[in-house]
Amino acid sequence: MSKKLLLDKAHVEGIRNYDVYRREGGYRSVEKALKSMTPDEVTEEVKKSGLRGRGGAGFPTGMKWGFLAKPEGVPRYLVVNADESEPGTFKDRYLMEFIPHILIEGIITSSYALGSNTSYIYIRGEYAWIVDILEQAIAEAKNNGWLGKNILGTGFDLEIYVQRGAGAYICGEETALLESLEGKRGNPRIKPPFPAVKGLWDCPTVVNNVETIAAVVPIINDGGEEYAKIGIGRSTGTKLISACGNIKKPGVYEIDMTISVEEFIYSDEYCGGVANGRKLKACIPGGSSVPILPANLLLKTAKGETRLMNYESLSDGGFATGSMMGSGGFIVLDDNQCVVKHTYTLARFYRHESCGQCSPCREGTGWMEKILLNIENGKGRKSDIDLLWDIQRKIEGNTICPLGDAAAWPVAAAIRHFRDEFEWHVENPDDCLRRNYGLANYADPLPIATPA
Amino acid sequence: MKFSDEKLKEVEQIVKRYPEGKHKSALLPVLHLAQQEFGGWLSAETMDYVADLLKLKPIEVYEVATFYSMYNLKQVGRYMFEVCQTGPCMLNGSDDIVKYIHEKLGIRPGETTEDGMFTLKTVECLGACGYAPMMQMGKHYREHLTKEKVDAIIEECRQNAASKN
Repeated sequence: MSKKLLLDKAHVEGIRNYDVYRREGGYRSVEKALKSMTPDEVTEEVKKSGLRGRGGAGFPTGMKWGFLAKPEGVPRYLVVNADESEPGTFKDRYLMEFIPHILIEGIITSSYALGSNTSYIYIRGEYAWIVDILEQAIAEAKNNGWLGKNILGTGFDLEIYVQRGAGAYICGEETALLESLEGKRGNPRIKPPFPAVKGLWDCPTVVNNVETIAAVVPIINDGGEEYAKIGIGRSTGTKLISACGNIKKPGVYEIDMTISVEEFIYSDEYCGGVANGRKLKACIPGGSSVPILPANLLLKTAKGETRLMNYESLSDGGFATGSMMGSGGFIVLDDNQCVVKHTYTLARFYRHESCGQCSPCREGTGWMEKILLNIENGKGRKSDIDLLWDIQRKIEGNTICPLGDAAAWPVAAAIRHFRDEFEWHVENPDDCLRRNYGLANYADPLPIATPA
Repeated sequence: MKFSDEKLKEVEQIVKRYPEGKHKSALLPVLHLAQQEFGGWLSAETMDYVADLLKLKPIEVYEVATFYSMYNLKQVGRYMFEVCQTGPCMLNGSDDIVKYIHEKLGIRPGETTEDGMFTLKTVECLGACGYAPMMQMGKHYREHLTKEKVDAIIEECRQNAASKN
């Protein structure tokens, strides 16, 4: 059983309410930080914890905080990124829905460290009912003296506001999020300057994911060193994984990053195995943007080592034979699923979500979508597969923000590992409308199957 | 076209969340409010009203309203079924749900029933991947959809509409 730091109390009855949350030990981190630590000491604990951004990029949080510029007389801001929109990812929603006060508590402690007196939660517009839950939690915290002026008599002031987005994946990119929060289109900014220097309304700003900010609570309560003892190497602490697709028990799981991918998929404590007695074909382990892996490379690295659910192990082998931890959106495909079709839905997603600023992304995503739809519908040509490869290469690295890369990688990985399935579609245009390719030949060590 | 006094107070509260002079930040929340108050969509007239209210140029409102997928730029039905069709929902049969709604109501994605009751829209990932297939209806998510559940939701909407008429 993995140690739980965030969801341990998530199912205590009434935990959504302040009284229960407080009774269960809530808001201790705020008391500890404000009464017995300097802001720099709080940041130091976060550095010691090894916490890495839980939104997808995995950048060390303490280091990000350390970059925050502190010019005299200029306000600083903490903005929480709750614009969870990466396909396969629904962990922040779960956290906010079941245990909203842990986020509010984390924001207060983090705002103290950063010197932010007004902090915003930017939440995706579709999570409309969660806005109510958060606003209630904020009101309760304020009524109990954890927000407002002179909190706990320490002279620290803080207000938290919830800002609703309106449907745009791109606003999860931190500079697009800031543009949106300023009331504009979500067009990512050119970096540098980074938000730590010029962020919200040109003021120094830290943007952190919901799960990252919630993790500050156990880090301050137990100390950064204790937090760093959990996990392996640079994958410290616990991670929320949202598991979905063709598994028996989809849902959100908090894991320490020492368990194997195989255990995560097949053990009853987690996903409970592939649904409907089918076989594992492939998996996207970290949200739709990260490379898809066939079953054999998912469970073992190219070196034959057991693959673990952590940052280093999931990316072992680079993009040639590995993937990424990303946001922890774990999407499982069984042997009756079509990789071409699945890749098509993702390409359509990125075309829909491209902000349109950069030509390679704006034009390339639409082009990839059309080609993939043709192949899926049995209207593809063999040269289309090379064309797809060529387009994704021309998008990657040639855009202002990482959405271009995020759109290119799923297509690249699908061709890299499942080229035979693409070719089968092209060579069997009638068959591919009637049935799926099934398990692929490279799915060794699973039983080798020929196309159904 | 004008917000009620109560809603105007709400707008005032929203503007107070931001520092002096940064009232443009109120645009997204106020557009949500306007869409909710003025018939479920944003007409040019509504957008101009919001521009006037927040002391912005109309173009500043148009460019935002056209960027975000939740703002409807044409009239929609009383109940909107926004069915997610991205990867994880597709793996769990979202295509069948879209097809079934078409069979039941005779509308394709982007269309509204003649009586103005239902609009069908296909949308991209709504963050309910573990509870697929799903759709958003108004403020809430309807998850683990089956044909039976779709039947029940349609019936619920019809009864709800009948009781309000």
